[in-house]
Amino acid sequence: MPSNEHVRFIQGNEACVEGALYAGVEFFAGYPITPSSEIMEHLARRLPRRGGKFIQMEDEIASMCAIIGASLTGRKVLTATSGPGFSLMQEALGYAVMAEIPCVIVNVQRGGPSTGLPTQISQGDVNQARWGTHGDHAIIALTASNHQDVFAMTVEAFNMAETYRTPVVLLFDEVVGHMRERMVLPEPGQIPLVERLRTSVPEGVDYHPYLPREDGRLPMSDFGGVHRYNVTGLYHDMWGFPSDNPKVVHGLIRHLVDKIENNVDSIARYKAYYLEDARTVMVSYGATARSALHVVESQRRKGQKFGLLELQTLWPFPYDIVGEACGRAKQVLVVEMNMGHICAEVKRALTNAGNVFLINRLDGVFISPTDIRQALRLIAGRGV
Amino acid sequence: MTIRKYLRERFFPHMWCPGCGHGTVLNALVRAIETMGMSRNEIVMVSGIGCSSRITGYVDVHTLHTLHGRALAFATGVKLSKPELNVIVPMGDGDALAIGGNHFIHAARRNIAITALVMNNRIYGMTGGQYSPLSGCDVMAATAPYSTIDPAFDVVALSVAAGATFVARCTTYHVKEMIDILRQAILHEGFSVVEILSQCPTYFGRANKLGDAAEMLRGLKEGTVPVGSEAKQKNPALIERGIFAQQEKPEYCAEYEKIMQRARAGRE
Amino acid sequence: MTRPKLKSFHLQREWCKGCGICVAFCPTSVLEMDSQGKATAVRLEACIACGMCMLRCPDLAITVETTDKEEKP
Repeated sequence: MPSNEHVRFIQGNEACVEGALYAGVEFFAGYPITPSSEIMEHLARRLPRRGGKFIQMEDEIASMCAIIGASLTGRKVLTATSGPGFSLMQEALGYAVMAEIPCVIVNVQRGGPSTGLPTQISQGDVNQARWGTHGDHAIIALTASNHQDVFAMTVEAFNMAETYRTPVVLLFDEVVGHMRERMVLPEPGQIPLVERLRTSVPEGVDYHPYLPREDGRLPMSDFGGVHRYNVTGLYHDMWGFPSDNPKVVHGLIRHLVDKIENNVDSIARYKAYYLEDARTVMVSYGATARSALHVVESQRRKGQKFGLLELQTLWPFPYDIVGEACGRAKQVLVVEMNMGHICAEVKRALTNAGNVFLINRLDGVFISPTDIRQALRLIAGRGV
Repeated sequence: MTIRKYLRERFFPHMWCPGCGHGTVLNALVRAIETMGMSRNEIVMVSGIGCSSRITGYVDVHTLHTLHGRALAFATGVKLSKPELNVIVPMGDGDALAIGGNHFIHAARRNIAITALVMNNRIYGMTGGQYSPLSGCDVMAATAPYSTIDPAFDVVALSVAAGATFVARCTTYHVKEMIDILRQAILHEGFSVVEILSQCPTYFGRANKLGDAAEMLRGLKEGTVPVGSEAKQKNPALIERGIFAQQEKPEYCAEYEKIMQRARAGRE
Repeated sequence: MTRPKLKSFHLQREWCKGCGICVAFCPTSVLEMDSQGKATAVRLEACIACGMCMLRCPDLAITVETTDKEEKP
């Protein structure tokens, strides 16, 4: 039994704040936007108490830029937004990919496109997280369906940002963000933390900020330290200076993609429910996984062999894990609140894509177990 | 030569065109830094995109070459995170005041101790000579084949109105003045803006038949006067040089320190 | 205060792009453009060591050293 001082009854957005603080966030820059604003409101209060910095910028573009600048001084950094703000961040997100800047971006998703449905749920930014910034690249995006997992995934996001020197997107949704539920704050040390890997190259010795070690990691040197180097969004050599040498360009784009895509298994986080003998596998993530799990459990009680694969890592997409979980199923039902972003990936993961069905809602109303059951009847050809 | 230790000499000769004023700004900037004896490790130069922004590549300090218009936003993150660093942000006119206009006025409003340089050559050089928000009316440019109808910002007035606490203007002709102003701007405890009237002989000069680099410098010599001079009253077309604002006001990072103290004191 | 005198003048030819600014503004016409379009000092004896060519040079190609160290720009 956790002691009461560790138990919270809070919003998902606050769970994210608790996770970020646990991970050691030291700098936040953001711009108010529903349904994510509680994250910045809480950090405005909490960060200065522990010597961290908080700034409300003039827009989301500036917010994303500011956290990149702060990260280069050696801090763990965070910004939080929702759809329209996430769109504005895309250029600088690509910069963080290119310049390999550890940072975490929370997108508490709402209905889009445009101003859309500011106070209602959607999961329509899954592909924007993947391909929102221009050019080939890889990205890490995580999500969660409950507050304990929001906390854990937020810590994971900071850990992965440091491990892979990359931006990590946390794709929450309005329901998880605003819902209140119980969460138990882990003890310090209970979840391991990855700290900034700093170079051991001494002063006066040539330091290469963009030369990966044998294990693929790139030790950093803080701005203000003894190593003066260049950071740019242009293709660059191992010192960080611009280069359009085809070998350098090819090497860098391969490195940026491979460091993520070659570690899909290490990055993959998911939860498997009743998959061992499942004939019908639901694939879901975020708040919708709660409704999916409810249906799976009620079907199980009726003797139906339903299972659920709850994805927590959306990108890089864990094709092998999905293939393994769904390969033997008679049918696969992807439950999500968009027009099939993850459904398309599930189909790519399976040889028999004809068995994959999308169950969704697009009207801002949270998909309920009843909605899913109705869809099941439709798919079974039993009418509505 | 002592300024050489501030240069990344392996990248010279630099990439700018013959006679480009940006080289003179680089020249003056490293001299200003050298006279102050600042450690290279405590300086961060942040730039955006454009000809002017390539200046960071040539200076042996911590350099951050960012996105078009966003240099001040990146710089704000650097400065607030580590206020002990000296943060210098050289920008072009389009970079600072078209795409970066919003960041510019908000950085000024906060009075965060960053030195912003506007290297104003009244044109987009990198993309081939399109007009900028500082070109002004009746100027020929690649995107103004019949001349511009867009009035220019007055960078000095804009900066003062937005809250910058050190505002100055100089030219690439008046180099001693420029070194002195840059030094004062870097030392200033607050947001400082230095507009440097610079020449782009390749695009602005050629499109507007202003002659070569030396001719354009003569134009800066004859077209500008020290602030408050009588000549300006007789000829309002003259542009004033010098320091237009220099005042002490609460600086953003110092104020945030107070917030941290207040937050810690009120901690449950 | 005595006027500083010229100790040495150095022009880094490979950095010079031949814009002609130093030639145009030298108060004593010390500098000229050579046949390859680079600046060159042809009348160093006339140099008053004002150092303006060094400060204005957009290519950072000119170094003027003077006898008076205090006057170093």
